[in-house]
Amino acid sequence: MSHDHSLNPETMPEDPAKATMEGKHKFLGLWIFLGGETVLFACLFGTYLALRNSTAGGPSSQDLFGLELVFLMTLLLLTSSLTSVYAIYHMKNNNFKKMQLWFGITALLGLSFLGLEIYEFAHYITDYGFTFRSSAFGSAFYALVGFHGGHVVFGLSWLIAIMVRNAKRGLSLYNAPKYNTFGLYWHFIDVVWVFIFTVVYLMGMVG
Amino acid sequence: MKGWMGKSKALLLFTIITMFLAGCGKENLTALEPKGYGADKSMDLILLTTVIMIGVFLVVMLIYVIALIRFRKKKGQEDFIPKQVEGNHKLETIWTVIPILLVLIIAVPTVIATFDLADESQASEHINVEVTGNQYWWHFSYDGEEIVTSQDLYIPTGERVYLNMLSSDVIHSFWVPTIAGKMDVNPENVNTMFIEAHEEGVYWGKCAELCGPSHSLMDFKVIAVSPEEYDQWVSDMQNVDPEEVPADAVAQEGQELFEANSCMGCHAIGSSPAATGPNLTNFGDRSTVAGILEPTKENLVDWIMDPESIKPGNKMTGMYPSVSEEEANSIAEYLMQLKPSEITPESAGN
Amino acid sequence: MSIATTQKRGFGAVLWDYLTTVDHKKIGILYIIGGGFFFLLGGLEALLIRIQLIKPENDFISAGLYNEMITMHGTTMIFLAAMPILVGLMNYVMPLQIGARDVAFPFLNSLGFWLFFLGGILLNLSWFTGAPDAGWTNYAPLSVQSPGHGVDFYVMGLQLSGAGTLMGGINFIVTIVTMRAPGMTYMRMPLFSWTTLVTSILILFAFPALTVNLFLMMFDRMFGTAFFDIGLGGNSIIWQHLFWIFGHPEVYILILPAFGIFSEIIPTFAKKRLFGYTAMVFATFLIAFLGFMVWAHHMFTVGLGPVANSIFAVATMAIAVPTGIKIFNWLLTLWGGSITINSAMLWTLAFIPSFTIGGMTGVMLGSSVADYQYHDTYFVVAHFHYVIVGGVVFAILAAMHYWWPKMFGRILHEGMGKLAFWTFFIGFHLTFFIQHFLGLMGMPRRYWVFLENQGLDTGNLISTIGAFFMTFGVIVFLINIIYTAVKGEKAPADPWDARTLEWAIPSPPAHYNFKQLPLVRGLDPLWIEKTEGKGKMTPAEPVDEIHMPNGTILPFIMTLGFTIASYGFIYQVDHKGWLIAVYAGMAIALGCMLIRSLKDDHGYHITKEELEREAD
Repeated sequence: MSHDHSLNPETMPEDPAKATMEGKHKFLGLWIFLGGETVLFACLFGTYLALRNSTAGGPSSQDLFGLELVFLMTLLLLTSSLTSVYAIYHMKNNNFKKMQLWFGITALLGLSFLGLEIYEFAHYITDYGFTFRSSAFGSAFYALVGFHGGHVVFGLSWLIAIMVRNAKRGLSLYNAPKYNTFGLYWHFIDVVWVFIFTVVYLMGMVG
Repeated sequence: MKGWMGKSKALLLFTIITMFLAGCGKENLTALEPKGYGADKSMDLILLTTVIMIGVFLVVMLIYVIALIRFRKKKGQEDFIPKQVEGNHKLETIWTVIPILLVLIIAVPTVIATFDLADESQASEHINVEVTGNQYWWHFSYDGEEIVTSQDLYIPTGERVYLNMLSSDVIHSFWVPTIAGKMDVNPENVNTMFIEAHEEGVYWGKCAELCGPSHSLMDFKVIAVSPEEYDQWVSDMQNVDPEEVPADAVAQEGQELFEANSCMGCHAIGSSPAATGPNLTNFGDRSTVAGILEPTKENLVDWIMDPESIKPGNKMTGMYPSVSEEEANSIAEYLMQLKPSEITPESAGN
Repeated sequence: MSIATTQKRGFGAVLWDYLTTVDHKKIGILYIIGGGFFFLLGGLEALLIRIQLIKPENDFISAGLYNEMITMHGTTMIFLAAMPILVGLMNYVMPLQIGARDVAFPFLNSLGFWLFFLGGILLNLSWFTGAPDAGWTNYAPLSVQSPGHGVDFYVMGLQLSGAGTLMGGINFIVTIVTMRAPGMTYMRMPLFSWTTLVTSILILFAFPALTVNLFLMMFDRMFGTAFFDIGLGGNSIIWQHLFWIFGHPEVYILILPAFGIFSEIIPTFAKKRLFGYTAMVFATFLIAFLGFMVWAHHMFTVGLGPVANSIFAVATMAIAVPTGIKIFNWLLTLWGGSITINSAMLWTLAFIPSFTIGGMTGVMLGSSVADYQYHDTYFVVAHFHYVIVGGVVFAILAAMHYWWPKMFGRILHEGMGKLAFWTFFIGFHLTFFIQHFLGLMGMPRRYWVFLENQGLDTGNLISTIGAFFMTFGVIVFLINIIYTAVKGEKAPADPWDARTLEWAIPSPPAHYNFKQLPLVRGLDPLWIEKTEGKGKMTPAEPVDEIHMPNGTILPFIMTLGFTIASYGFIYQVDHKGWLIAVYAGMAIALGCMLIRSLKDDHGYHITKEELEREAD
């Protein structure tokens, strides 16, 4: 039995991310973990829905939210999901360079999203004095959107770490599952954002 | 139906005997001898479910005991290997269907009673009392009557009294086991329940939601008197003159001390609706001092001198300069003379 | 690598071995030791509570301390004793039962244990400065307003140990889905492995609700948010909902593995296959599913309205049906068998009536209007002790007697086992049966004192006497463990003439579990081979080298980092200097994560020659 996990075109299996037992475990494990994450966000959504009108005299969602910025953020994050699909596609074709390139674009899009989110929060705090201490609505808003933002930060750090680590080593059966599980995680973050966009921003602007 | 009733009566008897063996507890505190509308409803369901469950338990125990007696490993047959049975569809269907039926028998009256006790449609036709839970005392304000009391809640027998309950601090729970089940007293929303006592009596009330160190000492009383006595009590309470100066000198001194020590800052005498401390209008008629002690002057002196030793964590400790025993005695004398009504806990038969 | 060499090593080497181990068996034992330690702590707290309640208006402990006692007793027993011991058993037994060499994520397994253990230690450190005092349910706003740092310790301690449990859950699911031995189909899995799977699914979907809730509480207490602050529009009922969305599945997380344990022990000692295996699996799923639908039955008196109360009442009663199915299946497994009664079986047989009583009072509590009387009284205390002690603790003790030989190679002493059983069993019923009546006689739970002349004296005295019997039983069990470790009877591979795969390998098993993975031909695979085959498992593969993961100290250091950071979080409220601890702790933890993800760890291989040298 060979212990060499690096790939070359002759020995490359169909799906390098799931060719090893470890790879399969990671993939399934992440899916299951995302099941738990779903409950986590469901609870945050529930809390937000219960408290969204509890503004205690402070700014309300209608006062705060603007569609343009949030729409741009949504666009960025959705596109980053698409680029991560391209990256995984190239991984399956054992094209390491292109995979790194597309994951790089994914990271850039994610970072821009994060930048806009920080700008958004700063805007609320400086222009409206709206913090997580302002009202129960403020607490619930920052908890939900902030938890999502925290997931984006974690995802980006993870992606950048594996990209830097493997930049010179190429694709192998050992690191392919890491990229693959990241891709899955990133899609999940994206889906959560779609719900935040709908429940927090669209519903918040309608009132 | 009649056969079922007969059997259930036998089981009921059995249940009651078991309960008596264990003792039913103190009259006017126990939930096992209900004397009010809500407590009756609960007791009906407690009995129904107990009877059914004892029946199930007996069936389980019968199979269990027989199996253990008949199928223990026998001497000389150590190598015996029993038949490896996979299951039995008929049996499995039986013990799925019968429990479903039993659950339905419990579920239907449960749902009916749940809606019955939540009925607030007649609230406006009855007496309404605003109940406020506080660490660690109860505030009662009678709607439209300009009457405020603390710790003792007077109600007429045979009539629904709607309680609109809100907490001023943490969650409490209002429970008078002998006349009704409990309802939480939340800080964010008013919860409404009604109580109705069948007979006169002084019923023990307890806080049933952990609310701090003195949670176990947050007792109160529901004093059920006849409707005539209740009307008398209402008019007596409405005619209180809070400024009235007591007759004897000690009590007069007590009244002065009461005002000088800023007791008035928290404790109202008269129908002032809001207060940070218990209302003392009818203190001399109260069934207890501080909700838990015998209503004697000595106990009141102890309480005034050092409330912390009686109710740890109470909000009165440290709110006033320390008083001498003599001063406390005068204040106690003054408060014990606040007896605006003929109708007292004794009128309710205690 | 064999056991003999392990025993020769010094204490330091053994300690290092356990700090770095990723072997599921050693981690299982660590869980049991850790959980056992907290069980003794929680038991001590229980005894102090009962001494306080021995007579009316007692002043054995103060009101504030009493509230800390009840809070820590509940929290410790649920999160740090019952659950970890069960997770330990799952960790040890489940991979053996499904014919696996380890769990899917050995590293995470070790991390999960250390998170649990150090989280528990963190929580108990609060004793030095003031423990949490708002009850194990920690209801807002009492908990938000609770002075001192007790509740902060509760929040951070449970957050850590909860994260560990969640990792364990994910790990078990992946293990069972991907690592079953050849021929081990789902419907051939032993019931204990089934309940491990279903319990893990419950953990996965229940614990995130607790995570969120603890975060809300943490931010309200430490950073001034307003989730539960009524003045700023917050709502304290949110805590109750999220707590019970987690908390009700939690009781099934405890009881399902217990059901699994009894479903192993009864067939073994009745010499008969489990009656209605398919129905048992189905009932397990049904209980788990319904377990998520009934959380508001803890909140009947909150004022949710008659519609919600009715729905949750009926859903709650429905759980009686699958539970009843299980009870009858166990009875019918006994029926027609050839029953051996030893210590393991005594605990099992005691479980049936005890748990049936607990289940029945559960249905009674489910009847919402009746619950208006039971709620938050000693009736509820009696009910949940009947299911948790009569169900879970009995199961743990039965499992100890049953699997002890497998884990440690020695059989627990029967005489002491029986003595411990009878004293504990009698003490248990003495303590808790009377409490049903105390509740209905007007004694709410969490009462520091009960007053004189309220008719509650005799009942409380009986209850306290029972607690002393239980204490005696536990002490006898501890003596039994020590005695067995020193002069216990050596155990063969299959001391009970049992049915499942773990008994087909030596006691205790080699660190790689199976030299060759076994071929499974049906339910109760070992029994099949004993009655229809050659008496031992047929290998499914030739002897070949085995890939094993490397041990690592990283999980321990990472958890240490998280614990330091948690400590900093608790005290940064008083002094911002404590933020240094937060940053330092997080740096340690993140550093470990970075090392873990950047440093390749391919594990090692046990060669064919080594395996052949270690003849069985």
